[in-house]
Amino acid sequence: MKSFDGKTLRWDWNDGVVELTLDREPANEIGTLMLAELEAFVRTFDTLAEETSVCIISSAQKHGFSAGADLRELYEGAAALNGPEQVAGVRTFLQRIHTVLNAIDAAPFVTMAAVHGICFGGGLELALVCDIIVADKMARFAFPELRLGLIPGFGGIPRLKRDLGNALVRDLLLTGRSLNAARAQAVGLVSQLAGEGEALNVARSNAAQIKKFDAFTRAAAKKFLKPIPHAELLKEIDLFCELFTRPAVMAALKKFAESTDAMPYLP
Amino acid sequence: MRTVEQTTQEVLDLAATHFHVAADSLNADDDFFRKLGINSLQALELLSRLENHFGIELPDYEVQGVSDFRTLASRIQSRL
Repeated sequence: MKSFDGKTLRWDWNDGVVELTLDREPANEIGTLMLAELEAFVRTFDTLAEETSVCIISSAQKHGFSAGADLRELYEGAAALNGPEQVAGVRTFLQRIHTVLNAIDAAPFVTMAAVHGICFGGGLELALVCDIIVADKMARFAFPELRLGLIPGFGGIPRLKRDLGNALVRDLLLTGRSLNAARAQAVGLVSQLAGEGEALNVARSNAAQIKKFDAFTRAAAKKFLKPIPHAELLKEIDLFCELFTRPAVMAALKKFAESTDAMPYLP
Repeated sequence: MRTVEQTTQEVLDLAATHFHVAADSLNADDDFFRKLGINSLQALELLSRLENHFGIELPDYEVQGVSDFRTLASRIQSRL
């Protein structure tokens, strides 16, 4: 399927480049519907991979790339279940999103995230599976999960450790602070900065260059450069599920779900 | 080195430009959430704008609870 227009995202393949556009109000929160559509996207890899050089992931939402997991849906789903069922439901969701993100991470073509605005939590975890992050100079990156008594659950810690020094990983996780794009580039999280509103254009320009290279060598280089930290990813799911059982987490999620602010855990 | 008054004025000017309001409609002691009618996402946009303009990093937690331009400017001043 070379093009798709879903409820939370769409993709379009053209001349070796597939563009995946996240488009769910208000800020591309990743819930069950977006997960299902992402699963449909990665299922196309078997047929598209051979004729695809580059995949660009971007957002059509004005506030940014993605605010992360749909915490309101997570709370409402969990609140309707008892303890063991809550954890089982969360684990199933995490395993499904890990399967999707591992597939994007391991794709034989080059993947780029073209980021503007907020790129938080699960949104940052989606960007981190990409080979290259191009950021609009107004972009911001954060893992705010500890504010809710949780850790990132979509593979964020192992993948952040893969790309950055452990000291900075601890800083970002333990303070929950957000980095601006210039700082994110300075520390190596972002590889290219773009002017305001230009991230997608810059990514497309990169794609035009990347397409010139030999596909076999490109895939081999990528596999060599970017091993997937499978063992740590599995441990992260276990730790997330363990933390999720604590009453403080449900209380924090309840507070989040009941807030009318766009991003209640931000200042 | 800027004075805190200069920093405050630059913060007011940047906020006015970013949110498309008249510069003289904003005052240092205004609650910017109320005055501009913005939410926390838009406040983050302002934070990015300020960090880029002043060439500083201002951690989110340093502006947590800050809602007036004067206090925001003083937090920026301490990082210049």
